Amino acid sequence: MQADAPSNGTALPAGMPRLPDGPLAQSQGADAHHAIWELLESVTDPEIPVVNLREMGILRAVRQGQSGLEVVITPTYSGCPAMSQMADDVEQALARGGVAARVITQLAPAWSTDWMTPEARDKLRAYGIAPPAKSACAASAGSQVIAFAPRRNAGAGVGVSQADSVACPQCGSSNTTEISHFGSTACKALYRCLACMEPFDYFKPY
Amino acid sequence: MAGYQDYLLHLADNALILGQRNAEWCGHGPVIEEDLALANNALDLIGQARLLYQHVATVRKDGKSSEDLLAFFRDVPDFKNYTLLELPHSTAILPTARGDRDYAVTVARNFLYSALMVQVWAALTASNDAQLAAIASKSLKEAQYHLRHAHDWVLRLGDGTEESRRRMQAAFDYLMPFTQEFWTPSAAESAAVKTGAGVDVNRFRAEWEATVADTLQAATLKLPSSKGFVTTGKHGVHSEHLGFVLAEMQSLARAHPEAVW
Repeated sequence: MQADAPSNGTALPAGMPRLPDGPLAQSQGADAHHAIWELLESVTDPEIPVVNLREMGILRAVRQGQSGLEVVITPTYSGCPAMSQMADDVEQALARGGVAARVITQLAPAWSTDWMTPEARDKLRAYGIAPPAKSACAASAGSQVIAFAPRRNAGAGVGVSQADSVACPQCGSSNTTEISHFGSTACKALYRCLACMEPFDYFKPY
Repeated sequence: MAGYQDYLLHLADNALILGQRNAEWCGHGPVIEEDLALANNALDLIGQARLLYQHVATVRKDGKSSEDLLAFFRDVPDFKNYTLLELPHSTAILPTARGDRDYAVTVARNFLYSALMVQVWAALTASNDAQLAAIASKSLKEAQYHLRHAHDWVLRLGDGTEESRRRMQAAFDYLMPFTQEFWTPSAAESAAVKTGAGVDVNRFRAEWEATVADTLQAATLKLPSSKGFVTTGKHGVHSEHLGFVLAEMQSLARAHPEAVW
């Protein structure tokens, strides 16, 4: 990767901003890192093209590693088929910008929907996907707090969580019902609005 | 170190084999929502298996192990999954056709397994193997959704029609004895517990039994006995069914080794 990337401006396509890499980046640390963040603003989630990887909380860091710049991303669901596409898209965006950086996939700390930015939540809603209704911490804590689950004898056993109350992204009504725990992808559930009768995807807290 | 690899392989093989079984519903689901749900459940499980196999390959440091090698080029005795997870989706002694698939068996198995794994993954987030702890904290979030999905279907089918209740009960009657295997530790498990990388599954037995008993009661089902032969899948001694699972899963990779596209 490093050997293939252009080390000076002459190898870049016309009109492409020249970004520092290699030794130059080391000398200009913060600027280079900022430029890479800017460059990666254009890399969107392949399944939800209205949000980019930073807004989704997938792009974690741009840092100076042992052998040059490193871009750190974190996987969402373990089996998410979009992950390798995201890593490829980041690499291509870096290559287009003439930046030599290694893409590192880091598992810990585990990605959470709590890392989505407020803009991402608005964009999801505008796109027709209801954003997570509560924080993932609250969601997992709720599954263990027996005090708030008086129906334990009615089947809510240890560690079994309940469906979230979700507002419809079309009409805003909270009179909605869950159709299926899993929607078009693992990260979403399928809901229906009982006010406007539209079905919609709900991005589950993770 | 071989012992620890076997512990990781036990976790990985559990996820892969159940993932492969659940993926058999892809295109055959009873309704389209469940077809999608099982495909997504299988993706999560296969994703967990991949992370664990990649970790085994790193632990081995032999330079040639890889997730593909571990998934596609090992044979029946090398697999360390619970026997429960390799069974066909059927209560028939000798299921012969796809028509024998029973969604009640799928639901009951996913319920019994994920009710255990929400506890196991939660405890493994404190493993002294940092990579295993990282995998566990992701898998936990997924297992919670798998448990909720299976739990709700146990209620719906158990407390449903006469037919759905009969089949749900038959599924639990059939599968419950296989859960004894959870509570009899293998050498690899005991060794991993000792080093602080693994967890003792028996710690979760009481909670697991409470979840199962509560859920079955709410679903108007009888709690079946789990007595009987204790299966030995995690020791590498499997039922006759695993060979067929592997044949289907591995044939393409073995016909075209190292193929890429």
